[in-house]
Amino acid sequence: MRIELTVNGERQEADVWAGESLLFALRERLGLPGSKNACEQGECGSCSVLLDGRLVCSCLVLAAQADGHEVVTVEGLAGDGELHPVQDAFVRAGAVQCGFCTPGLVVAAADLLQRSPQPSDDEIREALSGNLCRCTGYQKILDAVSLAASGADA
Amino acid sequence: MSAPVPLLVARCRALPGSAAGKHSLELGRVGESAARVDGIPKTTGEFAYSSDLAAAGMLWGHTVRSRHAHARIRGIEISEAVGMPGVHAVLTHDDVPGEKRYGLEFPDQPVLAIDRVRYFGEAVALVAAEHPEQARRAAAKITVDYEPLEPVVDPERATEQEPLHPDRPTAGHGYLDDPRPNVIRSMVVRHGDPDALGDVSVEGVYEVGIQDQAFLGPESGLAVPDGEGGIDIYVATQWLHVDRDQVAPCLALEPEQVRIHLAGVGGAFGGREDLSMQIHGAMLALHTGRPVKIVYGREESFTGHVHRHPARIWAEHRAALDGRLVAVRMRILLDGGAYASSSTAVVANACAFACGPYRVDNALIESTCVYSNNPPCGAMRGFGAVQTCFAHEAQMDKLAAVLDIDPVELRLLNALEPGDVLPTGQTLTGSFPVAEVIRRAAALDPPEPEELPRDPLRLPGGSGNTTHGQGVRRGIGFAAGFKNICYSEGFDDSCAARVRLFAGGAGELQAEVHCAGAEVGQGVTNVILQVARTELGIESVVLAPASTADVGSAGSASASRMTWMAAGAVQLACRAALEERERTGVDVDVERVYRHPRTWPLDPETGQITGGPAHVSFACAAMKVVAEVDVELGLTRLVWIGTAQDVGKAVNPQAVYGQIEGGTAQGIGLALMEEIQTRGGLITNASFTDYLIPTTLDVPPIVAELVEDPEPDGPYGLKGVGEPPTVVSTAAVLSALRAATGRELARVPVRPDEIVGL
Ligand code: FES
Ligand code: FES
Repeated sequence: MRIELTVNGERQEADVWAGESLLFALRERLGLPGSKNACEQGECGSCSVLLDGRLVCSCLVLAAQADGHEVVTVEGLAGDGELHPVQDAFVRAGAVQCGFCTPGLVVAAADLLQRSPQPSDDEIREALSGNLCRCTGYQKILDAVSLAASGADA
Repeated sequence: MSAPVPLLVARCRALPGSAAGKHSLELGRVGESAARVDGIPKTTGEFAYSSDLAAAGMLWGHTVRSRHAHARIRGIEISEAVGMPGVHAVLTHDDVPGEKRYGLEFPDQPVLAIDRVRYFGEAVALVAAEHPEQARRAAAKITVDYEPLEPVVDPERATEQEPLHPDRPTAGHGYLDDPRPNVIRSMVVRHGDPDALGDVSVEGVYEVGIQDQAFLGPESGLAVPDGEGGIDIYVATQWLHVDRDQVAPCLALEPEQVRIHLAGVGGAFGGREDLSMQIHGAMLALHTGRPVKIVYGREESFTGHVHRHPARIWAEHRAALDGRLVAVRMRILLDGGAYASSSTAVVANACAFACGPYRVDNALIESTCVYSNNPPCGAMRGFGAVQTCFAHEAQMDKLAAVLDIDPVELRLLNALEPGDVLPTGQTLTGSFPVAEVIRRAAALDPPEPEELPRDPLRLPGGSGNTTHGQGVRRGIGFAAGFKNICYSEGFDDSCAARVRLFAGGAGELQAEVHCAGAEVGQGVTNVILQVARTELGIESVVLAPASTADVGSAGSASASRMTWMAAGAVQLACRAALEERERTGVDVDVERVYRHPRTWPLDPETGQITGGPAHVSFACAAMKVVAEVDVELGLTRLVWIGTAQDVGKAVNPQAVYGQIEGGTAQGIGLALMEEIQTRGGLITNASFTDYLIPTTLDVPPIVAELVEDPEPDGPYGLKGVGEPPTVVSTAAVLSALRAATGRELARVPVRPDEIVGL
């Protein structure tokens, strides 16, 4: 079937199978492999995107459900030649190791700061508890989110 | 012969150029914290992982896997699958062009099962189709006629059951000759007088479940035929050249016809040492003449790779009243599962580190690993040492209690130091600051207990809101441990690096470094660049993509060796390149091979050194953990962790802290939640829904101190840092839970019913 959606501000069309996830469509049909597939069960958060401004696991959304809607992926966060403050903070705080979790975490953290610009430590932990990272032990990820929230240009 | 690379990163949208400019990062020299060179592309989504690759005309491969733990294959029917829409190939063991078996150390594993499957998830057939769903549907139409056989599932009985590998693939390799069926390797270390008696003795039986590496990026890769009979394989792996050396014979190709290129790796932790899709993808690609990509799903990843060896450990520690250890006796049984993988080295490590970082003059350590029809086990961070550290530290806590000596004091009293002799007879030389890491970790002050009432998020049970604090007990635990750095037992280990020095546009000196060391997330790319900048004294250094096509082997990104070996090789090559350029005055391109000090095998009968040391170097760590435990519900919350680790010299301190924090988290997982569960050899929890790994709510703040006591044999004095935190953290968490509950808790992961005492 044919779907039409807005991805990172651009109108896109794609032919998808009825059973295909939004994640698959983004990665394999729309040339946006930044969102990662690490479980396809809604457990790891690696595939996090914003659907009409709401944080979702794109592996749990059918591509067909996104028809007519607006999607922002990790590729759409940086703008005007600037990294998103969360992306910049992740790099500087050492929050990236293998980086497979990073796109999902960056999207989730950006969403958190959008809703709550000065989150407490507990709020950060709770907000990111659906995003698995196997490499970092999370400490530097939490540091990065605090850094981004503080607005400090480290 | 170079590879056709253009297909790889092309699909990703490039960031506007100015972003890189504004955010150009200080890349640093040895000893400076430097942001990762791959940090920006990893945060923007541009970094190409092995699962992100694409090529024109690409097909998707899929692997048909056994649903039995042990069965004879009477036949495989593929005709229906062959005719399915979009299907281009269906292959079985008949189609393996060359050697039918491969293995990291012993070729005991069939590329595709031949007449028997030995584990749940064993690869049986392959499909290539245009869409992954077509490949999956065709795979579902392949009928394998199985005759189920009784699985060998109890490691204690395995040595009396029918051999799973009657040809005994690991026999004749210089190990103790153990004729019992299903023994992969057994080893005995006899030291001093193991019958020596102390004033007191404590005993325990400990058990460790099967842990999974659970790296986030599932196994994946792309195989591209070169049109001349050879193949390029872009894959997430830990050791490019050993992949090539296993792949080529199975494809009946010369090693040069198989070029392995490192694709973006989503974590490894040992789980990518063994082959995954390499031969399978290459077979499909060569057969169809088209690029073939294989990406495992999470369930396939859990069943398709090796795990940490589960263990049963019987331990007895004897000590004098003043606390000195007199003798340690330990028997270690490891379940290797269906194929050998790196089990022989795990056996040796379990023996070597069984007593912990303590002086023990008399010891008898026996370690055996068996074949079974349980999930295959191999390398995972800290292998062998993780299991025994859990046991020896529980024993040290028991001794402290019996002797009424402070647990930290007891460890300090027995701490090894240079000049001491290990149970293998090896004299410790170089840097080994055990007492220092113990003192530094012990001196770290945990936060005061937090008042009640408080946000349930900061109570055991968390947002489940299971308690207001009643029934919650606080416990402080402590552990120390150590592990070898680099390969051991006489393995001829090396790492190559190539450095090209040339004049840039304005005549300034520039360098290109080639090294096949696998960047698996640990940060070796930065290490290589930092070393090159330090040695060459210039900023303009680039690292070429890692490939078997243009540089010699770097060895494996494992055994905490990659930083040491890559730093050694790059240092050597840079110095040689500078010298040659100085001499010739022209652009130069030199390759050098670095070797660490030689090691020797252990005596197969006594486990004692022969001719020289069996290990190159050791690193130790100590950790203090504060836990709160709801003793009524069996729920646990870690409050705080403080640790001190012996790192020799931190090349990139920020990355070292990252390794300590991440390694600690994996040990927390083993302590509290992570276990591959099986029934009759069948895995029952192959998903992130059922196999839990720690989240932001499970890992507490970690305060880490680096103890920098330079290792004389290590480049710049460095040691590897990846494994020690994982070795100690499981033991340290358990120590805290015991302090909180007063229970023995002799098995990890700890289950709530054990905490409650059901
Ligand atoms: S891939 Fe969607 S949550 Fe894991
Ligand atoms: S950095 Fe590897 S999973 Fe998070």
